Amino acid sequence: MAKKHLTLVMMDAPFENARTVSGLRLIDAALRRGHDVTVFAYEGAVALTFAKQAPHANAVHGRDAAQEDHPLPKDWIAALMATAAQNGGQLEWINCGLCVDERGVGEAIPGAKRGSPADLWKAAEASDNTLVIGTR
Amino acid sequence: MASYLLFESQEPFESAGVQRHYELAAGLAREGNQVTVFLIQNGVLVARRSVRSDAFAGLARAGVLVLVDEFSLKERGIPPSRLAEGVKIATLDQAVDQMAEGRKALWF
Repeated sequence: MAKKHLTLVMMDAPFENARTVSGLRLIDAALRRGHDVTVFAYEGAVALTFAKQAPHANAVHGRDAAQEDHPLPKDWIAALMATAAQNGGQLEWINCGLCVDERGVGEAIPGAKRGSPADLWKAAEASDNTLVIGTR
Repeated sequence: MASYLLFESQEPFESAGVQRHYELAAGLAREGNQVTVFLIQNGVLVARRSVRSDAFAGLARAGVLVLVDEFSLKERGIPPSRLAEGVKIATLDQAVDQMAEGRKALWF
């Protein structure tokens, strides 16, 4: 299939809902098929790319940070950006700027940028398809 | 004729709205549209043979293709042998292909 451009809207904050994992899985599948993907992160989802996410130990289970091997969404998204490059595609990640400011998560990983709903409108207009994964 | 891809991430015992989503899918199909329901996350729980399995028979009669996410099944320890008739195991690749075809995609 020819390269397509898909846009996804994500809204859930990290570490909270399976919808985040499903959304990232969809992005991964699209990138592996060589498609370009734009993600517009609204609300809590702007923290998915927050650069200061940190692994931690688990004293209850007696494990240090390395043993705990805590998954961090920022690392998953960085890996998705690498997957895009490996497959000739592009992952554009846009965080809602107002949502970022509200939550104080302005320090994002490289490749994530801030934008506005106008960017979502432009991405949706330019895309072959758009999927909104909303909160409930 | 339009084509639709409906992701269902909940099961009927979790939300009364799920039955309405199935009805939406069946209605769209009966009106001549091409419809896929893609069960994902807890949406796959109802894909097991159960008292709610008749929902899939109704969808199949209406011409709806019901796909169930293999990853979500594995997460929940549901083997293929437990699945109701009328559902097919799929990967997200198939969902992406349908999105790339331009199907109208909705997430429930």
